[in-house]
Amino acid sequence: MKEHGMSLPVKRITRITVALIFFYGLYIAIHGHLSPGGGFAGGVIFALSMIHIVLAFGRENTMKVLSGAAASMLESAGALAFLLIALGGVFAGAFFLNFLPEGEPFSLFSAGTIVFSNMAIFVKVGAGLFAVFLVMALLRTDDSVQNNEGEDR
Amino acid sequence: MIELHIILLFMIVAAFLAIEMRGLLSSVIALGAVGMGLVLQFLLLRAPDLAIVQLVVEILILIILIRATVKLDRPSESRLRENWAYLFCVLLFGGVFLFFGYRALTGLPVFGDPAMRVSSYYIENALEGTGAANIVSAILLDFRAYDTLGEVTILFTSIVGAIAVLRKIGRKK
Amino acid sequence: MSLYFMALVLFCIGVYGLVVKKNLIKKIIGLVIIENAVNLFLILTGFRTGGEAPILERGMEAVPEHFVDPLPQAMILTSIVIGLGVIALLVAISVRIYEKYGTFDVTKITELKG
Repeated sequence: MKEHGMSLPVKRITRITVALIFFYGLYIAIHGHLSPGGGFAGGVIFALSMIHIVLAFGRENTMKVLSGAAASMLESAGALAFLLIALGGVFAGAFFLNFLPEGEPFSLFSAGTIVFSNMAIFVKVGAGLFAVFLVMALLRTDDSVQNNEGEDR
Repeated sequence: MIELHIILLFMIVAAFLAIEMRGLLSSVIALGAVGMGLVLQFLLLRAPDLAIVQLVVEILILIILIRATVKLDRPSESRLRENWAYLFCVLLFGGVFLFFGYRALTGLPVFGDPAMRVSSYYIENALEGTGAANIVSAILLDFRAYDTLGEVTILFTSIVGAIAVLRKIGRKK
Repeated sequence: MSLYFMALVLFCIGVYGLVVKKNLIKKIIGLVIIENAVNLFLILTGFRTGGEAPILERGMEAVPEHFVDPLPQAMILTSIVIGLGVIALLVAISVRIYEKYGTFDVTKITELKG
């Protein structure tokens, strides 16, 4: 019942590394049109950083950072944003048309809608996978509390 | 390309071990070995995008599978009754499949020389048409964004399905 | 050619695990191996000997003969992530089955069906 994550050194190091992992995922997602990576890889790294918090601090403390309902809302918002970017192309001519200016090649804001599509996919993939993992962890904790299965550990 | 053969052989051995090991945890770890071999293959085949994605996805699959199995691993699984007819069926099916697979492979382009009829257009027009230096991103989010939309839909549906299966509301006790 | 054939052998091993094993987790592992084999096969068909990775840099000519095929890479990128979603759904269903029947064994589950 008193499940609040792992020992103190793990928690201290987690405080440092989680931010690094998260910003690495953000970097990979933002630079997806210039270098290897993209929204999918960045989103999975985002989910992994949140799972890192779950594993180190326990589920209850993680829910204060990002609850399951908030994660589901973020996932839906990401999917909707991707669809809105696609719909924005309709007013410029065609579905999924790249309606923003292309800008100068090899610079950060260069590829029109690709940057924003990458960000939408980043939010959607990361929040969705984190929500699945959170529900899985939730189920296991509740069962062990209800059935008192101490011998399974 | 001898290194590709070596890594692929390692992947085959690890896959066989993942299928045949007794404990579920050992199987999951052997599966991780298969995935890491695949990451190396992608790097050697000049696909760094895929290497990054496969690496993080493999880690997430390992975490999910270990989370699902580590407390539920019971040794009392029913052993398969192995007899000769059964083994013969397995070998017959595998042999037939590999024979016709080999026949079909002779019709493919030779390894190291792809056809690239559609991709030539993408490569030539990626920088002028979209402004993205990463051609894979340009194809994924501009030329073939419909496929990505379908992929996002599938991922959304599967995640909603997983949450609906696992949630506690409306469950009969 | 031999690389293609070895990818087929990997596919066969995955089918073997999916069909023969009675444990649900073993079946999922077989499915993951099948996915890996198919992804690898499609990337192998797009490889060009001596080709560059399909990422342009400053001053690089966009000549198709200098790059590996980017189209399979883009499609396999979506395929890998779809595979992750499918695996999450399958594991969720398996965990629920374990909760209800207390086992991962398919034969016992059909026996216990009430």
